[in-house]
Amino acid sequence: MRLLKLVPDNTNIKFLRWRVPFYVVSMILIAASWGLIMTKGLNYGVDFAGGQEIEATFTKQAEAPVADLRKEVGKLGYGDPVIQRFGAPNEVSIRTKLPASAEGNAGAAEAISKQVIAAIRASNPDVRIESVSTVSGKVSGEFRQTAIYALGAAMLAISIYIWVRFEWQFGVGALFALFHDVSLTLGMFALLQLEFSLQIIAAILAIIGYSLNDTIVVYDRIREDLKKFRKMPLPELLDMSVNETLARTVMTSATLLVALIPLLFFGPESLFGLTAAIVLGIFVGTYSSIYMAAPILIWLGVSGSSFVPTESAVERQERLARERSARP
Amino acid sequence: MLEFPTWKKLWFWGLTLVISVAALPSLFSVSGLRWPQALPNPQVSLGLDLAGGSHILLEANEKQVAQQRLENMEESVRARLRLADPRIRIGDISSANGRLSFMLKDPAQVDAARDEILPLTTGAGLTGQRDWDIRVEDGSRFVLTPTREGLQQAVSNAMDSAIEVVRKRIDALGTREPTIIRQGENRIVVQVPGLDDPQALKNLLGQTAKLEFKLVDETATPTDVAQGIVPPGDEIVPWSDPNAPGSGGVPVLAVKRLGGIKGDQLTDARQSFDSRNNTPVVSITFDQTGGAKFAKLTSENVNKRFAIILDGKVLSAPSINEPIMGGSAQISGSFSVQSATQLAIALRSGALPVDLTVVEERTVGPDLGADSIKKGLIAMGIGSGLVVLLMIAVYGRFGIYATIALVFNLLMILGIMAVMGTTLTLPGIAGFVLTIGAAVDANVLIYERMREERKKGRRVIAAVENGYKEASRAIYDANITNFIAGVLLFAFGSGPVRGFAVVLIIGLFTSVFTGVMLTRMWVASWLRKARPTELNV
Repeated sequence: MRLLKLVPDNTNIKFLRWRVPFYVVSMILIAASWGLIMTKGLNYGVDFAGGQEIEATFTKQAEAPVADLRKEVGKLGYGDPVIQRFGAPNEVSIRTKLPASAEGNAGAAEAISKQVIAAIRASNPDVRIESVSTVSGKVSGEFRQTAIYALGAAMLAISIYIWVRFEWQFGVGALFALFHDVSLTLGMFALLQLEFSLQIIAAILAIIGYSLNDTIVVYDRIREDLKKFRKMPLPELLDMSVNETLARTVMTSATLLVALIPLLFFGPESLFGLTAAIVLGIFVGTYSSIYMAAPILIWLGVSGSSFVPTESAVERQERLARERSARP
Repeated sequence: MLEFPTWKKLWFWGLTLVISVAALPSLFSVSGLRWPQALPNPQVSLGLDLAGGSHILLEANEKQVAQQRLENMEESVRARLRLADPRIRIGDISSANGRLSFMLKDPAQVDAARDEILPLTTGAGLTGQRDWDIRVEDGSRFVLTPTREGLQQAVSNAMDSAIEVVRKRIDALGTREPTIIRQGENRIVVQVPGLDDPQALKNLLGQTAKLEFKLVDETATPTDVAQGIVPPGDEIVPWSDPNAPGSGGVPVLAVKRLGGIKGDQLTDARQSFDSRNNTPVVSITFDQTGGAKFAKLTSENVNKRFAIILDGKVLSAPSINEPIMGGSAQISGSFSVQSATQLAIALRSGALPVDLTVVEERTVGPDLGADSIKKGLIAMGIGSGLVVLLMIAVYGRFGIYATIALVFNLLMILGIMAVMGTTLTLPGIAGFVLTIGAAVDANVLIYERMREERKKGRRVIAAVENGYKEASRAIYDANITNFIAGVLLFAFGSGPVRGFAVVLIIGLFTSVFTGVMLTRMWVASWLRKARPTELNV
């Protein structure tokens, strides 16, 4: 049986030839992401914005009457509700602000949700209320803060681990690749105005862990090659390492994607945001492990002496032989 | 590397099978089959987002604890100095700025006063601080400031008893399997599965149920009281229902601040009906000391009115027609049967030592969860199918090993979750799917390395050996970084997000075991048996 090969054997793609333009593009994308986050902002869900969120399914209508709902709920005087579809067209989440008097007051918050539900039910008797969440301003503020701490701590802790296991340049490279992945994912959420909830933070933390897997595979090979070919110019060596591990990088990302994409289309609606974020992160992470994490090593001055192995006489002979044969 | 003695094989297989079997009861219950009752039955419990129910986060008001403490201290100091022999007279008492200060009428009594007050403070914390700091200014002014340690201890004690009260109240509602956990310094998480209407629960938890009986100051004229002018030593308390009979149309009432009784010394509280007009009331029975105090208060103040105050609001202000000696009384005050029953439960379970407010609340209906599980399982099925197809198409026989490892991997995650009693949440389902995609990555790294070693011209056995050996480094590094992210996710997350982290973290360990160790055992025995001369990988 002939086996499938996603990547042909012995590729020799000059990835690093285009490192400067790619870096420029990536820097622009990172800047654009942060620009979007600053100007357009993230569409905070009830977790981070506070307020009340009601998820409802309309069992007898193909499509939720979003415009009507906006009008009906808007009439109640709690400001304009944020109404979003999630998943199927007949499922919506309705987010309203809580007046200051209802903050922390269970009775008042409950009364408001009853009002909103009654208003929906009046014109849509087929509505089924799936869930009601109320988050006070204090708690949502804390969620925002801990989310930032958790993301920062994860990126730092992982980079420090990479630094300890490899060299400081690799730690910086990993940190930069992570920053790139997180920025672009956040930027995408700002651009598409997808709801940004605690689940999305969970997804980004997962991305921080998983997008680095490819980077580690590439770095591991770079270290191995650096020890073997100490005289080879670095760009050439990096290209060789990336090409050698290309099949792995592609295949590991492919298995993640084929597992997750069905969840995007057939899974529960409430997991759409989380899954979308992880899928996006895998694409971005695969790209960054080749184009962000590797070239930065050149600029940070990694060289063959970064990993001077304690060489026995036999190993030295072997290395010299290898270097002779590698030279044209 | 490829040597597998029999004991090692038995050990690997035993571990795999035992943990996998632990997953079976949960699988049975998902597929609707019955698990034999005679066998142990560890189950993965479903989170509220899958099973439906309510999650309520309550926060205690720390300022109120401080205020309460200040008031208690004031009362103790007054009583203590009054009873001292010789009596120590004080004046100019103030409890502003969170501290208690007063002047001695006779500065010569400073030492005597200090000796009286010192026993009112106790040690707090481990380093031997006291819970109050006593200072004397200008020779005769005492200033008592609560220390930080003392306050922390007071909040902590208040939280402990608040949790007890919350538990009693929830039990009184007859709710099944509630989870009540303290979170941080001043919060309580209450999780109640499968509750259709959380309203009653929330009303009950939101009610402090602090009952007080205080004398009405009849010397204050209603017009003055309405403007906030009251004689010294009085406080103004609003009526809970401004149109209550006895309020005289004034929404507030002046009562004597000190000298009342607290309603915490009760042995029973029941909803009943007033025999005169058949309206709902709450009948209370005091314990012995409470009854004695109540008898004293009523016999000393016949023909005066006392106000029944609940959570800082006047319910009613009946006249004392005769001393009430029996130790039981009725609380009237515009109740419905339901609100009277609720108050009775709240009083029976004791007052909350501090007000609790609901700062976060999530309620999920029962339909959403069932739907999510179904859709999640379908997606997981398709996803695993695709992963298996891809692995077998790319790695042939080795892909099959990876597939079997994947099946055991999923069973083991479920089994460990069941035995550890962790909760499967909606994001946890995503965690399973992510683990499916990531678990085979270890196999990919190993097989690609084998392919590469073979291309370099190594013999079959050496290629397999090197494949496992050389790929291990990257596999362990990758898993450790994932573990770091997973632990932070667990530490940061609450509820559902934590469920995601739990699956990911358990999945990291089982993936290494099944993906690396088990497949190596299978590959080794195939090599031994088939002695292949070519690796089709």
